[in-house]
Amino acid sequence: MYCLLKFASLFLAVSVCHGWLFGDFVGKQKDLDEISLWPQPQKFQSSAVAFKLSPVRFQIVHAKESSAGPNCSLLENAFRRYFEYMFGDMKKHEKSRKKVFDSDLVELKVWVTSADPECDGYPSLQTDESYELSVDGPSAVLKAANVWGALRGLETFSQLVYEDDYGVNNINKTVISDFPRFAHRGILLDSSRHFLPLKVILANLEAMAMNKFNVFHWHIVDDQSFPYMSRTFPELSQKGAFHPFTHVYTPSDVKMVIEFARMRGIRVIPEFDTPGHTQSWGNGITNLLTPCFSGSKPSGTFGPVNPILNSSYEFMAQFFKEISAVFPDAYIHLGGDEVDFNCWKSNPDVGKFMEQQGFGTDYSKLESFYIQRLLDIVAATNKGYMVWQEVFDNGVKLKDDTVVEVWIGNKMEEELQNVTGAGFTTILSAPWYLDYISYGQDWQKYYKVEPLNFPGTDAQKKLVIGGEACLWGEYVDATNLTPRLWPRASAVAERLWSDKSVTDISNAYNRLVQHRCRMVKRGIPAEPLFVGHCRHEYKGL
Amino acid sequence: MAHTGTYSRCLQVWFSLVVVSVPLEQVEGVWPLPQQIHQSADRYSLSPQLFSFTYGKDSAAQAGCSVLDAAFKRYFSIIFPDFTKGAENGLHYLWPEPKPFVVSVSVKSRGCDGYPDEDSDESYNLSVSNGQAVLRSVTVWGSLRGLESFSQLVYQDDYGSYFLNKTEIVDFPRFAFRGLLLDTSRHYLPLHAILKNLDAMAYSKFNVFHWHIVDDPSFPYQSRTFPDLSNKGAFHPFTHIYTQSDVMRVIEHARMRGIRVVPEFDSPGHTQSWGKGQPDLLTPCYKGDVPSGSFGPVDPTVDTTYKFMERLLKEVKYVFPDSYVHLGGDEVSFACWQSNPNVRKFMEKMGFGKDFTKLESFYMESIMNMTAALNKTSIVWQDVFDYHERPRSKYVVEVWKQGCYLCEMRRVTKAGLKVILAAPFYLDLPIPTHSWARYYIVRPLAFRGTDEQKKLVIGGEVAMWGEYVDATNLTPRLWPRACAAAERLWSDEEKTLNADLAFPRLEEFRCQLLKRGIQAEPLFVGHCKHEYNGL
Repeated sequence: MYCLLKFASLFLAVSVCHGWLFGDFVGKQKDLDEISLWPQPQKFQSSAVAFKLSPVRFQIVHAKESSAGPNCSLLENAFRRYFEYMFGDMKKHEKSRKKVFDSDLVELKVWVTSADPECDGYPSLQTDESYELSVDGPSAVLKAANVWGALRGLETFSQLVYEDDYGVNNINKTVISDFPRFAHRGILLDSSRHFLPLKVILANLEAMAMNKFNVFHWHIVDDQSFPYMSRTFPELSQKGAFHPFTHVYTPSDVKMVIEFARMRGIRVIPEFDTPGHTQSWGNGITNLLTPCFSGSKPSGTFGPVNPILNSSYEFMAQFFKEISAVFPDAYIHLGGDEVDFNCWKSNPDVGKFMEQQGFGTDYSKLESFYIQRLLDIVAATNKGYMVWQEVFDNGVKLKDDTVVEVWIGNKMEEELQNVTGAGFTTILSAPWYLDYISYGQDWQKYYKVEPLNFPGTDAQKKLVIGGEACLWGEYVDATNLTPRLWPRASAVAERLWSDKSVTDISNAYNRLVQHRCRMVKRGIPAEPLFVGHCRHEYKGL
Repeated sequence: MAHTGTYSRCLQVWFSLVVVSVPLEQVEGVWPLPQQIHQSADRYSLSPQLFSFTYGKDSAAQAGCSVLDAAFKRYFSIIFPDFTKGAENGLHYLWPEPKPFVVSVSVKSRGCDGYPDEDSDESYNLSVSNGQAVLRSVTVWGSLRGLESFSQLVYQDDYGSYFLNKTEIVDFPRFAFRGLLLDTSRHYLPLHAILKNLDAMAYSKFNVFHWHIVDDPSFPYQSRTFPDLSNKGAFHPFTHIYTQSDVMRVIEHARMRGIRVVPEFDSPGHTQSWGKGQPDLLTPCYKGDVPSGSFGPVDPTVDTTYKFMERLLKEVKYVFPDSYVHLGGDEVSFACWQSNPNVRKFMEKMGFGKDFTKLESFYMESIMNMTAALNKTSIVWQDVFDYHERPRSKYVVEVWKQGCYLCEMRRVTKAGLKVILAAPFYLDLPIPTHSWARYYIVRPLAFRGTDEQKKLVIGGEVAMWGEYVDATNLTPRLWPRACAAAERLWSDEEKTLNADLAFPRLEEFRCQLLKRGIQAEPLFVGHCKHEYNGL
């Protein structure tokens, strides 16, 4: 019972930019509407000349000149995956059309140009994800420096393919030159407040690749539960998980996530947040947390990690040694947010320690003391670290390559200015807390954010290396995570990948509607943006 | 926003720690809460091999009763989810002497092949003692409610053995009409999504599926009389429609669960999609002296409209067995009528002056009379009542407007009309607080009025409008929030006013829904033993 919204009037704009449309092909222009690239490439030219792709004839192959070959399993897997996306529901009528026509596109050649294609490597912050794609019958060419760029190009190629009214796959003559605006394009999932079964994580890695996200920020543990199964300290998950067998990530689970992500050009950055947000750690490790006092007696409850005991640091050194070995990425997220000082204040030993150290009553100095030592421990493992903004705000001495994550919405611009002014790289998540929901099309709000919209020099702006969409887990688990995240996170994906000038909401709407239908077709239950339908509705449930 | 948000994240952390630290020992495990339930600590073990449902000797319904035979089969699998998976092995060793357990069901009046209706008696008594449970009810619909309660009493201990406690339940619904609206026009809902939600409705004792089947964006109902309506008005004429057999399947699936199916064919507004397959039905809008090419509500000034509506309603009567039909009547925009010279002429002829609400009332009254002539009761949205407070005929008013809905309830009942409350149960509006409690603390009868007036409040309805909802997100958005409304409409208000007390029960019920395959979203931080396994 709502006022009639004139939804139909929104479907007008054509989703082509810099297009050279040939006048003779007026009848074909409708097909151009069906192309909906997401996120929008940096440079894109398309004509109305269409080629047909036959599921029997078409193939994705390594170019002769390519440094990658059939032994590059990462690309071989990607070829199969994208073939499935394009032809998945067509294999039924395989026999229907064997003859090759002039108008056919018979192959996509993938040409990796660097001497080392990085088939067995991991993507990193420095990875070059650019690619060039040229579609002109009878073959298309995808050129990239390494496999990571090739993966991005394959995604784009698959998005160029559209079904005509006869159910035949078509692709238009196209030239694309593409690269990401920001190097760090992340999604945060929280597997502590609710346990997320492995297949939910994997499905979201799939969806991330469809949106060219490249960082999975795994907020793996927190107050509520500790599902990470540690080899060094198995009691952490035995006593800290919701359930020691069914609600844990075993080492092989973690390996699988990392490998699944790698195959899609996605980095996995685990977050082990301390000294706050650690209630669940205390279940398995005695004496790790600060005992809180009620008057002169321990109250039986515990606060943040106890920063005055050497044993705390010994534990951290061993623990992070393991973490640095398990997770191949060069960065670990160390948290450091929202430390509640009340428990420290109540504890007489902590008070004594404060006095000894000359901290007065400034508990943020104690926090800094802890963080400083932790950072030194982690630095010794040869890893870089990411931290939440409080760590920077409290004046902790940080390594030069530290990434500071800005998450507090209030005075966000000022914070970006300060962090980059101090010379640190930063990523932005404050405007993209997707666990907050509201009625209507809130994707527009995420889409309209301009990350560099703060006062600062060009050098400062360059220090903003990206952003993250965060889906905190208080109200989210396997039942509702995927539709809540997609396609809302897609708005963030385009903001972080495409050129700054790509801001037209109604154009974005048209493309995003089709992009979400594409995700649905590929098995991702992405929720609708508004009234309407997809040719292939969601079949799960 | 993020700042305050995460601040509250902190608070919630503490809150949740408190909740988690309280062991959830057998809380009263029936949702919605029965009118009277007494449980003792005596517990009996159940062995799936020696468990059976049977008809009581004095029961009017016996084997062959379609509704109950199917229910026995359904509830057996619900009660023993592992049975068919062959995970029963160890139990023999734990329970060397498994004892038989018999649930005996007795019904006073047969009626196995009928449909539930507004007068159906859903009350039941359930008595669980050693080796047996006795379930007595007047109708098979009451037995269904009792079987649902029974299934919720059974629990598994840490070794996987099944138990239930000695229990006495006397139960009946507070309101006869406990509805849930799904909108299949703004997004098409595949049949399996509808069937799944009928299952979930039965678990919460909802008994009316209000099928908002058509609206402006699309007309998925495939009419036998007017096939062009869906041929031209559906999102797609073959993949996005409900065929007659689909509709029959929904009705039968609902009947098996004691759920009525009330279709809504909303007019004269909300009918853009109708116009595609039925030319001349909608009012042509004018720009100055010429038609603008766009169309407004149904044209109430021409005979063809009424002939069409009569034939359509005849079909609806034939297809949908329920005695209620929802005729809509909401949110009619008068701008198009105003622009049309024929309409203005008609207004003059009828002496309506410039008051277009009179024109709408004229139209609504005509189709309500048709509906009455077909022996059906009309439900309409409150707009129809608001335009014309002194009704000339009897119809049921559905209150949907936010604001003082209780004031409206008072006015409607004062006029002697039956009323259904939907306003506080609009579940498609997700609110930042994620709160289910706001649906729980609704008090539908908290308006000043006589007892007679209160009796006219026949129930309430959860509405899940379809603007932002389709098969990808419908189920988690609906459940378990709709359960809050279910308890409000079934249970004794005095015993269920405290949302904090309800919280652990609802949490547990949500986990039960997951176990039964319903993708119900979490209420807050925590976990279920059996998490959702789909995607």
